Amino acid sequence: MSKTNERQQFNTKMGFILSAVGSAVGLGNIWRFPYVLYENGGGGFLIPYFIALFTAAIPLLIVEYTLGNKFRASAPLAFARNNPKYEWVGWIPTMLSLMIILYYSSIVSWAINYLFLSIDMAWGPNPDAFYFNEFLNVSPTAFDFGSINFKVLGGLAAVWAGTYFICSHSVSKGIEKFNKVVLPLLGVCLIIIVFRGVTLDGAEAGLNVLFTPDFSKLAEPKVWLAAYSQVFFSLSVAMGIMITYSSYLPKDSDIVNTAYITGFANSAFEFTISIGVFGILGYMATQQGVPVTEVVTSGVGLAFVVFPQAFNLMGTFGSILGVTFFACLVFAGLTSFVSLTEAFIVPFVDKFKIKRKTMYRIVCIGGFLVSSVYATGAGLLILDIVDYFVNSFAIITVGIVEAVVVSRVFGIKKFQDLVNKNSIQKVGSMWKVSITLIVPVVLVLNLLLLIVETVKNGYGGYSVAELGAYGVGTIAAIFIFTVILTRLPWKNKEDITEFRLED
Amino acid sequence: MDPIAIVFMIIGLCITWGGLAYALNKQMKDSKKNKEQE
Repeated sequence: MSKTNERQQFNTKMGFILSAVGSAVGLGNIWRFPYVLYENGGGGFLIPYFIALFTAAIPLLIVEYTLGNKFRASAPLAFARNNPKYEWVGWIPTMLSLMIILYYSSIVSWAINYLFLSIDMAWGPNPDAFYFNEFLNVSPTAFDFGSINFKVLGGLAAVWAGTYFICSHSVSKGIEKFNKVVLPLLGVCLIIIVFRGVTLDGAEAGLNVLFTPDFSKLAEPKVWLAAYSQVFFSLSVAMGIMITYSSYLPKDSDIVNTAYITGFANSAFEFTISIGVFGILGYMATQQGVPVTEVVTSGVGLAFVVFPQAFNLMGTFGSILGVTFFACLVFAGLTSFVSLTEAFIVPFVDKFKIKRKTMYRIVCIGGFLVSSVYATGAGLLILDIVDYFVNSFAIITVGIVEAVVVSRVFGIKKFQDLVNKNSIQKVGSMWKVSITLIVPVVLVLNLLLLIVETVKNGYGGYSVAELGAYGVGTIAAIFIFTVILTRLPWKNKEDITEFRLED
Repeated sequence: MDPIAIVFMIIGLCITWGGLAYALNKQMKDSKKNKEQE
């Protein structure tokens, strides 16, 4: 084996699977999927959802696993080893993961705070006012920073310090061990939430609203686009994570089956948690004597406003369920956060040969300082804008570029042979159609729809200056850093020139 | 709970957890076979 192929590895295949599932299962599975399922036809949405899973998300996951595993590299090095001209394709998701970890850390910080607040339900009788006015002290505009919120800052310090202690070790002693402990805990939280959710009075009202199919919605193109974007965002593709993680797998691993395990585990989690979420919403609506549709929401509003309202109605058990729910958010958030940080750091280790520990030290200290902007009064507003631009425009763009480069530049047939090399379950013409046609077309449609929608209606009532400064500014920063990092020379050029696939 | 809602809930659970169990089982069988070959 050549020196360029030496790479650390996960100790066990199960360690890799748990880490990949931990990365895929994030906050979106808990607070986004149940709403998407409800909004797009309930049980009927399962049809486009599973079609999207098998024709777009898992095929793209197979591409990323293959890139990382066969080229033994993080995203930029993997693309450079394929063709040095395309190194830049790997730097976009790398910079994208940086932008995400900066604000994701603050959401995990909120969840940590709420985990403690839920012990005595300290949000009081009006969780809405508590969250926006007392806890976050939200400013009127994204340019009005107000004062630093020390509770959020404390949570941020815990997140970044924790990440340093978990990840700065080797992959097997750090990320793998961490996921082996946290994923089972996440599973326990899932069981408690679902079991309690479905046994609450009125839970069936919530579940009826969630699962009763509305097949007329299947005729609406936006429902199909929603299915494709849900599976795409949910599986953590196009962020460089899966490329980096799979580079730690033994080279003769069965890529295809591993991708199916990750895809099914992620879907199983989000589908099951949605039963618990809507059970709780059904209970809340019944207690308040309003239709379930009036209490349904998603995102931070669901986690930090509506759920605390529901916990208030449950008395003592509310605090137990509250602790379980916010622990679930913390575990799901941390496993995703750790994977995003790894996806940002390893390209620098690969290209500039900076020691892993040094890189983690720099990023965790720098990340804490920069992300403290999210602990100000403008934090929630900036987060909302940056998330909208990064988590939609940027990720979709990366997905399109990845699919096009793999199919048109590297050659889909060559890549298919690579995928099938050690896989017992082979990919065939359907996979090729997915990567060359379905993924690019669906993502381009999604992107166009987003651009038209944003140009026409703006976003979230923010001013053009706010959207420009934080949203377009973030996209511009990703672009500029991508150009700079691509142009900087490799510390060891042989990493690219001497790499042989057959080694 | 409405029967139609129950049906779709069960379908979703079966596909996701059933798919996961099938893929994991396949994984275990393959690694067992590989070990035997070695």
